[in-house]
Amino acid sequence: MAAKEEKKKRQSVISLIKEEMGTSKSDHVVRKLAKCIRENKTPSILTPIFVFFEVICEVFIPLIMSQMINAGTAAQAGATSFDFNFDFGRWSVRLFTFDSALELSLVAGALMVGLAIISMFFGAMAGRFSAVAITGLTRNIRHDEYNKIQQFSFLNLDHFSIPSLVTRMTTDVSNVGGAYQTIIRMLARAPFMLIFALIMSISISPSLSLVFAVAIPVFLLGIFGGVLIIFPRFLRMLRKYDKMNEVTEENIRAIRTVKAFVREGHETKKFKEISQNVQKLQFDAEKILVLGMPVFSLIIYACMIAIVYFGGTDVMQGEMNLGDFTAFLSYVMNILISATMVGMALFMLVLARASAGRICEIFDEKIDITDKEDALDEEVKDGSVDFEDVSFSYSKNPDKMNLEHVNLHIKAGQRVGILGSTGSSKTTLVQLIPRLYDVYEGSIKVGGVDVRDYKISRIRDSVAMVLQNNTLFSGTIEENLRWGKEDATQEELDKATKTAQAYDFITSFEKGYDTDLGQGGVNVSGGQKQRLCIARALLKNPKIMILDDSTSAVDMNTDAKIRESLRKEFKDTTVFIIAQRISSIQDADVIIFMENGKVLAQGNHEEMMKICEPYREICEEQQKGVIGE
Amino acid sequence: MSKKKTDMPQKKAIISMKEGAIIFRRLLSYFKPYKLRLIIILLGILLSVGGSVAATMMLSIVVDSYFVPATQGLEATIPIPFGGIVGIMIAVYLISVVASYIYNRQIIYIVTRIQRDIRDQMFEKMQRLPVDYFSKRTHGEVMSTYTNDADTLREFLANSLPTIIQSSLTIIGVFAMMLYINLILTAFIVVMIIIMLFFLKTIGGRSAKNFVMQQKTLSEINGYVEEYMSGMKVVKVFEHEDKAAEGFDKVNNAFRSTARRANTYANILMPIMGNLSYINYAVTAIIGTILAVTGFGAPALPLLTWGKLVSFLQYSKQFNMPISNIAQQFTSIFMGLAGGKRIFELIDQVPEVDDGYVTLVNAKVDENGNITESEERTGQWAWKHYHKADNTTTYKQWKGEVQLENVSFGYNPDNYVLKNITLTAYPGQKIALVGSTGAGKTTITNLINRFYDIQEGKIRYDGINITKIKKDDLRRSMAMVLQDTHLFTGTVADNIRFGKLDATDEEVKAAAVLANADYFISHLPEGYDTILTADGANLSQGQRQLLSIARSAIADPPVLILDEATSSIDTHTEKIIEKGMDKLMEGRTVFVIAHRLSTVRNANYIIVLEHGEIIESGNHEELMALKGKYYALNTGKIELE
Repeated sequence: MAAKEEKKKRQSVISLIKEEMGTSKSDHVVRKLAKCIRENKTPSILTPIFVFFEVICEVFIPLIMSQMINAGTAAQAGATSFDFNFDFGRWSVRLFTFDSALELSLVAGALMVGLAIISMFFGAMAGRFSAVAITGLTRNIRHDEYNKIQQFSFLNLDHFSIPSLVTRMTTDVSNVGGAYQTIIRMLARAPFMLIFALIMSISISPSLSLVFAVAIPVFLLGIFGGVLIIFPRFLRMLRKYDKMNEVTEENIRAIRTVKAFVREGHETKKFKEISQNVQKLQFDAEKILVLGMPVFSLIIYACMIAIVYFGGTDVMQGEMNLGDFTAFLSYVMNILISATMVGMALFMLVLARASAGRICEIFDEKIDITDKEDALDEEVKDGSVDFEDVSFSYSKNPDKMNLEHVNLHIKAGQRVGILGSTGSSKTTLVQLIPRLYDVYEGSIKVGGVDVRDYKISRIRDSVAMVLQNNTLFSGTIEENLRWGKEDATQEELDKATKTAQAYDFITSFEKGYDTDLGQGGVNVSGGQKQRLCIARALLKNPKIMILDDSTSAVDMNTDAKIRESLRKEFKDTTVFIIAQRISSIQDADVIIFMENGKVLAQGNHEEMMKICEPYREICEEQQKGVIGE
Repeated sequence: MSKKKTDMPQKKAIISMKEGAIIFRRLLSYFKPYKLRLIIILLGILLSVGGSVAATMMLSIVVDSYFVPATQGLEATIPIPFGGIVGIMIAVYLISVVASYIYNRQIIYIVTRIQRDIRDQMFEKMQRLPVDYFSKRTHGEVMSTYTNDADTLREFLANSLPTIIQSSLTIIGVFAMMLYINLILTAFIVVMIIIMLFFLKTIGGRSAKNFVMQQKTLSEINGYVEEYMSGMKVVKVFEHEDKAAEGFDKVNNAFRSTARRANTYANILMPIMGNLSYINYAVTAIIGTILAVTGFGAPALPLLTWGKLVSFLQYSKQFNMPISNIAQQFTSIFMGLAGGKRIFELIDQVPEVDDGYVTLVNAKVDENGNITESEERTGQWAWKHYHKADNTTTYKQWKGEVQLENVSFGYNPDNYVLKNITLTAYPGQKIALVGSTGAGKTTITNLINRFYDIQEGKIRYDGINITKIKKDDLRRSMAMVLQDTHLFTGTVADNIRFGKLDATDEEVKAAAVLANADYFISHLPEGYDTILTADGANLSQGQRQLLSIARSAIADPPVLILDEATSSIDTHTEKIIEKGMDKLMEGRTVFVIAHRLSTVRNANYIIVLEHGEIIESGNHEELMALKGKYYALNTGKIELE
């Protein structure tokens, strides 16, 4: 049993990493994201070029330095002529000859300062261009993501939770931006530096350079080994950490429940347990991480010692100049620091890979509702709706049908009431009409034509829908209403708001139509919000109007008034009303009673009272309230 | 989680020096239990810094005593073989490395422990805060203390603080060594440092300013994304895609330009600092060579040897690093202390006071009606009332009678939301509260269980003033089913058991059956062991409500408060659970708040509230006969908002 547990634990580490990586392949992810570079190609290419020149300038500085020290030691030994040489293995280039060491020092010093200033310039340019490239890339990714999400069908949207979409457009994008910065700056700089510094040190002393042959592999091995050990530990810690935050958050949210049941102590105990776990996992992960720095120093020091010992022997035997020795020490540092940077950069790329994968999932999501090639680009003739043996499943699984064999025939201008318990698929039924989802089997015709044959914009233009979860957007009332019709006249606005019984309260506001709603319409009450949503939908002047439980917060009186004026002002419009109150649908031409994804019965009120037992029960139940009159 | 990380810390990151010092001192007090480890850390830092400084100095000894004499054909000036001196170097390096590992590991230990201590303290405190605290803040605000503020504090403790100590010690050590090697060179280095600090300040400052702006545009973009992602279905229904995309591009571009500016400054700072250190290096080398060649200043100053020049060059490199390291810590110090301030604000909140002394105990009642306290669960309860005056203890049977007498209350004292409320709920009665939003219905229930304390009047429970009853016992004796059901991460059974922690599986099932929840639970993939996440997101609103009813059922209290408990359940489902509800209400004193009038109709007593006052009361028939507000509501003449 215990062994099994242990095995499970080990497996989970591997699957943990796999899970974080997502399903898509790396080269695919890179190709997708690379498409977002677009106009930022030039700065993206310029950045590593400037980095290249920056590195070249830097790399010569210790070499010039060594000339100074060589000249100095030579002067002490009594030399009278000083050469300024560049030695590359067997080739030696004598550039200048000076009469005094002092002269050489000044020229060499000036050269060094000059190189440093040029390198500074190149470095700054690289920094500037990389900022342009990175922010440009992330902007494009966000832009593309947003536009892709807008093409999503409802089914596509259901695949992602809203918080996950938000993360994919914010945090994940900045992670990818950070990775891109790493690629065009660090991953350009470090290998250049590594190669040039290696060339320089080999040119100074090929035999001493053998040190690197040992050091660099050990080093890279250390980094990769470290990453492999640390990564799963951090993931485990982060998961626990998320869980702890979840517990905290639900306690903040549910504080009344906790207090009402006097569970403060219980919850605190629960929290402390997780908190302790987090601390342990945190320590487990970080104690390895802090090992990194000492190991890194250890390798550097080992190299230094090796060079001091072997190089020192060479110096003492006169086989090496003191200047070359110091230059070599400088290159050691450059090489090892570059190697660390490569390691760190790779680590960061691995971390960003998960984010990139998540973004890619959005790009890769297959839009499941699109226009047919020869889609009908004509206005919908009328508001008649026909369901022909319609079945539907959210999971596209024939064993899990959400709607089964629905047949309905609604004439243009009819009022349709839909009733049924929670989960009976009332909403599902109406969402098929404007093709928010596609049927699994059967067909739906609007105006005599299959909804899949229209251009999507045509069918949605003619169907207005007030969703169950109404959303108003930040902005004024008028701005929100104009979603229904961009260029609506004041008369049209008034007509819609009057029909939706919203006119009176809008005009009672100090600023009328210009009243600011705040995010999510927080400045109006629930009932007012619902009426604004209805008005917004009416402005489309639709052939079909769908009200999905849209008046639940509106009182019966106002509800009746809305229905009345709808009948008067929009008499050609077919209206579907999903409601919980019998009174809202009682006078409909057709009443549909849904149960478990099936139409249990349909007919007008009188018919329904006869044929539909549950309908009659609810009716009687709700009638009780007014019996006392 | 990510969204909350965006704009919070920047906004309130400003604290005064004095405040900072107080917070810092308070933070230090958390280190107290770890004194021994602290000493190890300090020793470790000293050894590791000392080791690396000494090692560089040894380089100069090697050069001067072995290399230079060797090039001039002389013997080494120190009577140790070359291998020996290298061996000593190895030892010094090793000590430095090992010390550095030990102290870093100790820091991680202490910091994770302190974080945990603070976290636990925060949570424990939070649980004891009055409900009022939470209604005055958004959830995000409170949560941000646990995430943003704890993170910045961690950054401060784990990184900034050790970096500052380590860097300062390095600066001192290196500076001392440089002074020892050569005064003139050191003076030059100081000048260079001042130049570097100047660049740090100007460019770094500009970068910081732009980062603040970037943060602002970032929160704009996050706001937009959040609003439109949650409203995407509406966008699609209205074919508003183009307009919405246009709006997004606008914030997206604005963010890009501020981010570009901020990053440009940050990006160019690095090459400038790096190359300044090269210039520094070059000029040091020139001066050094001149000094070494000419022997300038030899009589007054110690002679600059080659070995010392090599070491000095190394030191000048070692000197730059800690300075920019310290400079980089300033933001995180301020952010960390500001985070600490908010954390301490939470910890320092005044908790709910509970000076009640009447407790609820298991009781046995004999034939004569005498009540005695019992150790085990008897199913009967009594209020244990200790009278200080005559040092006696009396018991009173627990029945569930609630009485309000001239109660007035306001969330702030100048604005009463309840005025002169008098009502009595006898054991087993069902009292319905009706009225518009803001009429004070929920407030009454908040007063009965003492989420808030009343300003005037009296509330009595079984004849005892509720201020005398211990809050925990008071609340334990009544169950609430709230409009917003809150479920906790855990199994379905855990969530029901929340009402009675030691309930058996049978009791859990019985409660679920009572609430008519058993049917849907047994159809869940794992039945009662199905794990609920994210506040029960995988359940429908109605199912969650059923669970919360089951939770109250298992608690089995004599007083039940149903605050819009069935508002999100459709009438059909409501009918199904009605029986369960009726069973649950049987024999209990029940307060019902409901929007839907059908649920209040059969109450013993209906109270119609308006603007905090009782305007009508009586049973359904009486109120309908009155033809007042209740009548109007029932016949749909007026709107309930």
